[in-house]
Amino acid sequence: MNRTTLVLLKTLTWIACLAPVAWLVYGAVTNSLGPDPTAAITFATGLTTLRLLTLSLAITPLRQLFPRLSWLIKFRRLLGLFAFFYATLHLMTWVALYTAFDVNAMNSDIVKRRFITVGVLAWLLLFPLTATSTNWAIRKLGGKRWNRLHKLVYFAAVCSIVHYWWQVKTGVLTPLPMTVVLTVLLAARPVLAVWKRRRVAVAAA
Amino acid sequence: MLIGKPSDLPSSAITSKDQYLNRRRFLRGAAAAGAAALGASRVADILSPRTAARAGTKLQTVKSPLTTTGEQLTSYDDITHYNNFYEFGVDKGDPVKNAGILPTRPWTVRVEGLVKQPKTFDIETLLKLRPLEDRIYRHRCVEAWSMVIPWVGYSLSEFIGQCEPLSKAKYVQFLSYYDKHVEKWTNESSIFWPYTEGLRMDEAMNPLALLTFGLYGEVLPNQDGAPVRIVVPWKYGFKSAKSIVAVRFLEKQPPTTWSQQNAQEYGFYSNVNPSVDHPRWSQKTERRIGQPFYAQRRMTLMFNGYADQVAGLYKGMDLRANY
Repeated sequence: MNRTTLVLLKTLTWIACLAPVAWLVYGAVTNSLGPDPTAAITFATGLTTLRLLTLSLAITPLRQLFPRLSWLIKFRRLLGLFAFFYATLHLMTWVALYTAFDVNAMNSDIVKRRFITVGVLAWLLLFPLTATSTNWAIRKLGGKRWNRLHKLVYFAAVCSIVHYWWQVKTGVLTPLPMTVVLTVLLAARPVLAVWKRRRVAVAAA
Repeated sequence: MLIGKPSDLPSSAITSKDQYLNRRRFLRGAAAAGAAALGASRVADILSPRTAARAGTKLQTVKSPLTTTGEQLTSYDDITHYNNFYEFGVDKGDPVKNAGILPTRPWTVRVEGLVKQPKTFDIETLLKLRPLEDRIYRHRCVEAWSMVIPWVGYSLSEFIGQCEPLSKAKYVQFLSYYDKHVEKWTNESSIFWPYTEGLRMDEAMNPLALLTFGLYGEVLPNQDGAPVRIVVPWKYGFKSAKSIVAVRFLEKQPPTTWSQQNAQEYGFYSNVNPSVDHPRWSQKTERRIGQPFYAQRRMTLMFNGYADQVAGLYKGMDLRANY
């Protein structure tokens, strides 16, 4: 891939990643987020987090399946950081609009409400990944350790989808499509690892 | 801007032959219609116009002392576009799109169970049974959002008087309209249909419990429970059954829809109570619909602010156990 294409694609990715927050800001300013703006903000930031997490988790299996797409790696950090950005907005929505910055209310929510417990846990799992996302951090940690640390993203993804299910009303099935996609992406990793080992073994024989 | 969304404009302003022939008048008409569209709706409505028409028909009403004052009314638009009416889809925007199919005429309400004589009331009879009153009530959903709604109706107790229940009757049950060929969305959730709700007799006889036929001085739109529904303002919204076809008087507490669905989350009483949380979220505060995001949050009041009128009904009861 040449430099111009890469710059163009990166620009488009930035625009796509910023579009949801731009839409929310516009809606907040014009008060056009519908009858229940708090719920609209909560849902939009949460859903965007899950979508970006899913996209960032799709890159590794796609590269293994299609070596010609190996350049996708250049986008993984960007997607991951934007996922954390929306996760933080989502968390702040709860802190500001649901608990009104009341520490006691936050504590009792975390203790009493399992969907909040698991949601906060997901954010806490993403935080060290964001903190170690710079080239300097990768060098400092060393590739192996960095990779091991960043496996936390799988747990964060699982926590996020569980958070989604625990929050919807009994019998509502809206989180299902996202759950299927994430399950496939997570399952693809061991499957592809076995596949790769076999290929290597065949090549060696 | 005018060209983009003609559906916002009254068609008469565009297609009238006069205007077609007379350019000056056409321009004047279009300008007026544009101004009306801008004045009447918010930017959001112009961007995505809401299609459903008002139920429209005005109702003759009288004032009522049992009306809540000092609260800003939720807009007609929000009251009619943000509905939980699972027979017409589980999304809040679904009922306004789908409920048009509900046949509200002819309509009858059967009265059965422990009554002197079972009978059937025609909707036109019910409308004339008592003078219709304008009553503004707060409406608090169990999902922690709230509205302020100007309903039209009369006390349920007036209707119950006409039903002549026997003294054995301790509970009253309401059954909502159900026809799966009309309400094609009922399999979007695992609810047992028809939707049913109930009250203890003394609750039903409290003058605040309203047999409701309209809102904003007009006939109820279908998505709000046309042509007749119950409104119990001190309880969570799901207790106020919509589109009633039968009223039963019973000796024992009847099963109710959401309690059947999940008894731990939704009890029979379901009085608005900020100190008893829903297992999954807090009921201490609520979000007022139609306000900007930074101004939505407010404290939830005991019995939704109607404690003076209804607290006596629950004297000596453990409201934590009887949630």
